[in-house]
Amino acid sequence: MQTRIIIASTSLRDYLVLAIFSAVVLSAPLWAQAIGAGYPDLLQKFAIFGLFAIGYNLLFGLTGYLSFGHAAFLGVGSYATVWSFKLLSMNVIPAVLLSVAISAIFAVVIGFLSLRRTGIYFSILTLAFAQMSYNMAYSVLTPITNGETGLRVLRDDPRLIDTLLGIQVQGSPLADLFGLTLKGYAGFYFCAVMLILGFWVALRIFRSPYGMKLVAIKSNQTRMEYTGFNPRPYLLSVFVISGIYAGLAGSLMAIVDPLAGAERMQWTASGEVVLMTILGGVGTLLGPVIGAATIKYFENIFSAVNEQTLHQVFDFLPDWLNELMVTLTSPFVGDGWHLTLGVLFMVIIIFLPGGIIEGFRRIQALFQRKPGKAEEEA
Amino acid sequence: MSAQPDNIVLEIAGVNKAFGGLQALSDINLRIEQGKTHAIIGPNGAGKSTLLNTCIGLLKPDSGTIRFLGTDLTQGDLKPHDINQLGISRVFQTPAIFPDLSLVQNVMLPAFAHKEGTFRFNPFEPLRDEKDVEDEAMALLEDLGMAEQAHHHAGNLSRGDKRRLELAMCLIQHPKLLLLDEPTAGMARHDTNRTIDLLKKIKARGMTKVIIEHDMHVVFSLADRISVLAQGKIIAEGHPDEIKGHPKVREAYLGSAEI
Amino acid sequence: MEAILLQILNGLDKGGAYALIALGLSLVFGTLGVVNFAHGALFMLGAFVAVSVQELLTISMRVKDPSITFFDAYKEVPYLEVWWGDIGRAIIDYSVPISIVAAIPVMLLIGLAMERGLIRYFYKRDHADQILVTFGLAIVLQEIVKSFYGANPIPVAAPEAVATSVDVGAVFGMPGIVYPWWRLIYLLFSVVVIGLVFAFLQFTTFGMVVRAGMHDREMVSLLGINIERRFTIVFGIAAVVAGLAGTMYTPILSPDYHMGMDFLVLSFVVVVVGGMGSLPGAVAAGFLLGILQSFFSMNEIKSILPGIDQIIIYLVAVIILLVRPRGLMGKD
Repeated sequence: MQTRIIIASTSLRDYLVLAIFSAVVLSAPLWAQAIGAGYPDLLQKFAIFGLFAIGYNLLFGLTGYLSFGHAAFLGVGSYATVWSFKLLSMNVIPAVLLSVAISAIFAVVIGFLSLRRTGIYFSILTLAFAQMSYNMAYSVLTPITNGETGLRVLRDDPRLIDTLLGIQVQGSPLADLFGLTLKGYAGFYFCAVMLILGFWVALRIFRSPYGMKLVAIKSNQTRMEYTGFNPRPYLLSVFVISGIYAGLAGSLMAIVDPLAGAERMQWTASGEVVLMTILGGVGTLLGPVIGAATIKYFENIFSAVNEQTLHQVFDFLPDWLNELMVTLTSPFVGDGWHLTLGVLFMVIIIFLPGGIIEGFRRIQALFQRKPGKAEEEA
Repeated sequence: MSAQPDNIVLEIAGVNKAFGGLQALSDINLRIEQGKTHAIIGPNGAGKSTLLNTCIGLLKPDSGTIRFLGTDLTQGDLKPHDINQLGISRVFQTPAIFPDLSLVQNVMLPAFAHKEGTFRFNPFEPLRDEKDVEDEAMALLEDLGMAEQAHHHAGNLSRGDKRRLELAMCLIQHPKLLLLDEPTAGMARHDTNRTIDLLKKIKARGMTKVIIEHDMHVVFSLADRISVLAQGKIIAEGHPDEIKGHPKVREAYLGSAEI
Repeated sequence: MEAILLQILNGLDKGGAYALIALGLSLVFGTLGVVNFAHGALFMLGAFVAVSVQELLTISMRVKDPSITFFDAYKEVPYLEVWWGDIGRAIIDYSVPISIVAAIPVMLLIGLAMERGLIRYFYKRDHADQILVTFGLAIVLQEIVKSFYGANPIPVAAPEAVATSVDVGAVFGMPGIVYPWWRLIYLLFSVVVIGLVFAFLQFTTFGMVVRAGMHDREMVSLLGINIERRFTIVFGIAAVVAGLAGTMYTPILSPDYHMGMDFLVLSFVVVVVGGMGSLPGAVAAGFLLGILQSFFSMNEIKSILPGIDQIIIYLVAVIILLVRPRGLMGKD
């Protein structure tokens, strides 16, 4: 897994990248229709998981530290947002701020302890912390998390700020931004703006000396130390930044659907974000977003398919072949989506460790063999 | 603590170090003078690497003192980055570079450590604004004849080129003391000669160096002073010509078919 | 006092399962240098060998139910019972012990296939890649099992003769410590299997080479010994041990498709606490953590430190890793 940072880029080019990225994200409701993804729910997921993966990639992609505990920050972010909805206001601004603050505190503590070790020990430590958070959310912290039922916003919650301002909740409480209810496409646009913001921060980090030092840690940590840098504060700061991204993603989840459950913190959820990052391309700027969208898109399609749809798909085949194809493919769809995901995961790691972005590069190289390219590969 | 004359960069006095029952270093005394190249030679297992690591405070000696420009290196728990920040840069036996970065980035990075210290949080400052650092790095690469490859990945370099790159990474920090651990180990003759030329060039700049080397050709073409280490003791020290003729050295080292 | 003893006993059978899984994990890490996140899936597959054997033995036919006379009623009766009567019934009753016989070759084959088909290509890749690819494999295996057996736990019964409990305390003159037979058997079984593995490594030439390989792989290859092939077999053994642990565990915990993941995380913690690559460490830590877990589940302790039973293992792991990074018995 090689990381490539293009530092020799101009600020004009950076703004161009950002402009194109924003345009693609903001116009999603238009083009997503064409690929059958034109639902606000799904588009929200693209944006939220895209943000989560971008943040995860800042840690794993740049420094190479494989965390298996980022789902904990996601969960913490969700709980913080729901509590803000319950105690302060249905306005999302305090909710987002609270989530960011609390997930940052969690990340400082967990990061400080976990980063005292490297390699697999670091992975296990993050895993242990995440499992502790998950188990506690289900058991002893039930007063805060509402255990298995999940934490939800109720109509008669105190909401101090709203009460002070005399804002009344009509019907079931929904998140809002100064009167604008963040539901459906409004919810998506809020997530999209956050995604673009997160992308911009990541872009800046990629282009900064700070980002270069993070890659240097992945590249050769010993050399880094003998070069006069102390890797610990670099690692901790980026761990916290990526924890904040996760917390923010968790907050957005609770904003578009005011509910927080402990299952968000399970380690398989951490595994999912790793997969997204790898599928798209570890250490690349756009890869994680592409990976997240790809997985959520196919999850949506594959989960909805059942045997009947499969029969229709293979309709053009003779009956016996139709039966056979349906039997062969049906374990991979519907409830079997996770099987597809697992297979995909293995295939990517075995054959294309650079992910989709690496795939693009290879295809590009096939079509246009520039003289400079051969040199680089030599 | 005796006063340190101005022209002494590193002073090692009465250093002992044992691992378990093995006496790795016994009663080592060394004075490295400003601007001089001091070579430490000796057969395999003589304790050269231990000496090097002890010199810079990575290994704590059991007794004795090590003073680097007035700082006592035996005090406190020095981390590699602290040592570097004191002004000691190091070239490793196996070239240690950043394979994921380009050549020019490899050279720029140590400059940041020299300029900014062990940690600086600047995620929003574009790297392209660091024009002066980049220029200095490019100038160094130019010196080494590597300017053309400046934007290539360092991971693809040959061993000899990696070594030269590593030297550039140390030079950009303007170290007060440069440690070279077998800088030509595993190199072809052609690469060795280029490296010698390069080191001579650095010498002309008046940089203080400690060099550990196997290859006598390299040692005699570079060193101002040579210490011969055998079984953890310094058995001879002096000008290269003195060392060449020293009977004890011939017996302990040159006799072992290594020339 | 009795309560504490009972908790220790309770922890021992769980600890036995942890120890068996961790033993294989540590063996594979120590020899092949591979971090295998699919090891928990092997435990799960072993459990489903027991499920499959039970299903095979109870394949049934519809026969008329003579006890209902006023209309034609049918019931399912296993063929074995129809053909062999009481003997058939006894065979069905002993399906778990019979599964052991089936599990050894099945798990060995699965282990060998896994190593040859996937793991060996990852010897030279870094740990992160190994973790990720085996994590993917674990998902695939558990989803395959899910598509065959569904998502719900499938109960597997212990033989009737040992389905009851026994007063263990009576043996030590402290009556009142009632403990299920099968858990005792499991404990004994895990001790025997662990003993066998250690004896194998200690007293056979093969084991000697493997231990040498764990110590210094290059050296052994220099001696002209084909260490790779032995490592394949080591992987097979680890798979069998994990599988057997799962097979025998079925009467204690009805297996479901994700039990492997649950045990994997804990077993990794066990391995790390014991010291990566240290076999005695894995075994000791397995039992130790099993006991700690059940000890902290006591109501008396939970009332002082609520929720501690849920996190104690992870807490111990975190403390050990931070204070003694090489684990209890790991070497540098």
